[in-house]
Amino acid sequence: MELSRVEIRQGVWLTHLREDKFKTACFSVNLLSQLSRETASMNALIPFVLRRGTTGYPDMEALNARFEELYGTVIEPAVRRIGEVQCCGFYASFPEDDFLPSGESVLGDALGLTLEMLLSPRTRGGLFLPAYVDSERENLLDLIASRVNNKRAYAVTRCLEEMCCFEDFAVSRYGDEESCRSINYKKLSRHYKTLLQEAPIELFYCGRAPLSRVRQMLNALLATLPRGEINTDIGTDIRMNALEEQPRYTEEEMDVAQANLVIGWRLGECMEDPDFPALYVFNEMYGGSTSSRLFLNVREKLSLCYYASSILDVRKGLLLVSSGIQEKNYDTAKDEIFAQLEALRQGEITEEDLETAKASVISDLHSVPDTQGALESFFLAQAVTGADYGPRELAELVSEVTADRVRAIARSVECDQIYLLKALPPSEEGAEAAEPEEAVPEEGDKA
Amino acid sequence: MTMLKKDYPATGDTLYIGTAANGLRIRVLPKKGFSGFYAVFATDYGGTYRRFRLDGRVHDTPAGVAHYLEHKMFDLPDGDNALTLLTRNGADPNAFTSSDVTCYYFHCTRLFEENLRMLLHFVSTPYFTAETVQKEQGIIGQEIHMGEDNPGNANYYQLLKMLYRHHPIREKVIGTVESIAEITAETLYACHAAFYTPKNMVLCVAGDVDPERIQAIAEEELPQEEKPVPEVLFGEAEDLLPAEQRRVLNMPVASPQFLIGAKLQPAEKGSALFRQQLTASLSMRLLAGPSSPFYNRLYSSGLLNRSFDADADFSTGVGTVILGGESRDPEAVLKALEEEVARIGREGLDGVLFERARRAGIGSALRSMEDFDDVCVSLALDEFDGFCYLDYPAVMASIEKRDCEAFLAEALQPERLALSVVKAGKE
Repeated sequence: MELSRVEIRQGVWLTHLREDKFKTACFSVNLLSQLSRETASMNALIPFVLRRGTTGYPDMEALNARFEELYGTVIEPAVRRIGEVQCCGFYASFPEDDFLPSGESVLGDALGLTLEMLLSPRTRGGLFLPAYVDSERENLLDLIASRVNNKRAYAVTRCLEEMCCFEDFAVSRYGDEESCRSINYKKLSRHYKTLLQEAPIELFYCGRAPLSRVRQMLNALLATLPRGEINTDIGTDIRMNALEEQPRYTEEEMDVAQANLVIGWRLGECMEDPDFPALYVFNEMYGGSTSSRLFLNVREKLSLCYYASSILDVRKGLLLVSSGIQEKNYDTAKDEIFAQLEALRQGEITEEDLETAKASVISDLHSVPDTQGALESFFLAQAVTGADYGPRELAELVSEVTADRVRAIARSVECDQIYLLKALPPSEEGAEAAEPEEAVPEEGDKA
Repeated sequence: MTMLKKDYPATGDTLYIGTAANGLRIRVLPKKGFSGFYAVFATDYGGTYRRFRLDGRVHDTPAGVAHYLEHKMFDLPDGDNALTLLTRNGADPNAFTSSDVTCYYFHCTRLFEENLRMLLHFVSTPYFTAETVQKEQGIIGQEIHMGEDNPGNANYYQLLKMLYRHHPIREKVIGTVESIAEITAETLYACHAAFYTPKNMVLCVAGDVDPERIQAIAEEELPQEEKPVPEVLFGEAEDLLPAEQRRVLNMPVASPQFLIGAKLQPAEKGSALFRQQLTASLSMRLLAGPSSPFYNRLYSSGLLNRSFDADADFSTGVGTVILGGESRDPEAVLKALEEEVARIGREGLDGVLFERARRAGIGSALRSMEDFDDVCVSLALDEFDGFCYLDYPAVMASIEKRDCEAFLAEALQPERLALSVVKAGKE
């Protein structure tokens, strides 16, 4: 694996990873901007509108047909947030030329088509087609609304919204319904032009083509990119402390069979000079794996749930625990989740616990170079946060983490928000209609 | 015994094929230059295998046993837990149960042979007590509730219940809170003894490994004797008409979600089944895939969005065509689909479209080969169905336009289609 990072135009950076072991190559283009309520939906909508048609392939049918001609090339919108940085663009995957009929090559065509989609949309009078914008706005509204479909993810999002209600982080990567609804084709066209001029752009390529070849192709393809003054004032605001002295509590009712409990912490003062390796080990030990305290106690020992796990956002400085439980077990589950954190605070960390957690984090990091998607995400996050080490170097640092450093993290976190998604109270009338269909009775000898 | 080496030039892979003395099938896909290893140990036993004949006796088991057994297999006699032991080694272990298979697997970047031995050991070591079996009910009960709150899952099972009259595919793999209450340690021991015999299992490994070592380790760790494999009884064959054509379920979802399904008559296990599966997939791509006139017309008119997908699902003894996604008007989607099938019936498929779709298959085949878990699990599952996943490009190349036309004309007639919808609010 050979890694290079070069600025190919003003504010346009290419991370190039020369790697021969894959059968397909990948290429991504990401426009970076500050996550904010006002612009998040517009930024998110742009790649979906661009995906509808270009000057050369005027509608989606033509574009999709072209993807098939290019031996199953896939180029899809990618909308992500890394901390409070929103990254919008495309992710492309296409076969390496070595696996195509002799003499065939898709590298140039795939890069070309991705950038044609970014830079040469189908327009009328210099503006996006109203029909494309309207229909993709409705789709995006549906996508925003669909968060309610996945109860576990919904509960996590709602906890974050409540916890970070005064921060940009409360805005999802797709923005919110209200600002999305106000988008029209003129407004979006103007925003698109500004974005192309001002946004820092991160390109990523992983495949068999050498840097010189990829760079040469991209230089030619990006010749028409209009650039103005680049907006470099993009970043994540980290709040160290909880908003109030006692954790805030929010509950919500929905027609659900299972309650979802989410607890959110600020990582606290350890974020002043974040000890990333220790943060990863702490999370693994607390609720990040099947050997974690939450899994072994909340699930295996107390049988309270199918999942009780913790997630970390090291960019924003947050820790979240989510668990699907029966509502009547709320207090027991909550107390146990806090008790397991307290144990770590008290330094109840055996050598074996520590080694297990480290081995698990290290293995995850060593696996990153095995998949292109993981490589792309890793290096995009590094680029956005200005970090320059690779997964192997990070793994080295993880191997040096001590129990004291893990305990320091546990002691630093401050609980800020508790959120509970629970079932509607049973109503006399509704009870019968809401009854699911009866289970089919079992018969015969039991083995 | 030496393993058979087979090259697949289209994707640049080499597969090592072996069978141990006890009947275990072993497939190894060496991958140079990768730091990760992946191993899956699969048994030909899933949620639908509820009634079976072994040693001349018919056994009936409650819904959810295969999945329950999967959860409890990780417990070891000395009080240890295989999940913990493997994680301690830096491995990432897990398992899943589907309608016709149970898979135990791990991914790791070091101590591969040790982890492989642990995998083989714990899956072949049943240890259940009344207490541990009882304890799992709380965990699986919550997993059942989690599934009930998942609209995609609820819709899928509603569709299967509409299509199938009695085949056990209608019942949830996980079972119900009531059915799992009937499961005892004895149930689990009996089903383990019946289905977890090496002859009923496949071991598949990918990574930078020596294939002969894998076979040697498997022979050391597993029981030596070859035991008989149970005969699974699915009841009489289903006809091809759905039991019910329309049903709506109310759940809190943002937009209505729909699934359109039809039953298929599955071919005999072996290459005929593989060809049928790929023909079904390709036909669905031609009818309703990303570059099809149908999908693009409905997308433009706002009837479909990017969540739409169309494919075919095969499980032991059954095949089901499924198209689905979100739509504000599922009935209109169904009507448009019926019209499109009729049009293709009259005019035939577009030859250019057909060639293009087959060409796109080259990229998808390569992409699917990148993912260790995908490849290994597919290799194991396909082994139970009597074919080899790596033959994908070759079989795909043998499918002709008229095969797809015949498939669509037969499988998607209006009387064969069922429409299942999940939407918010009351009817």
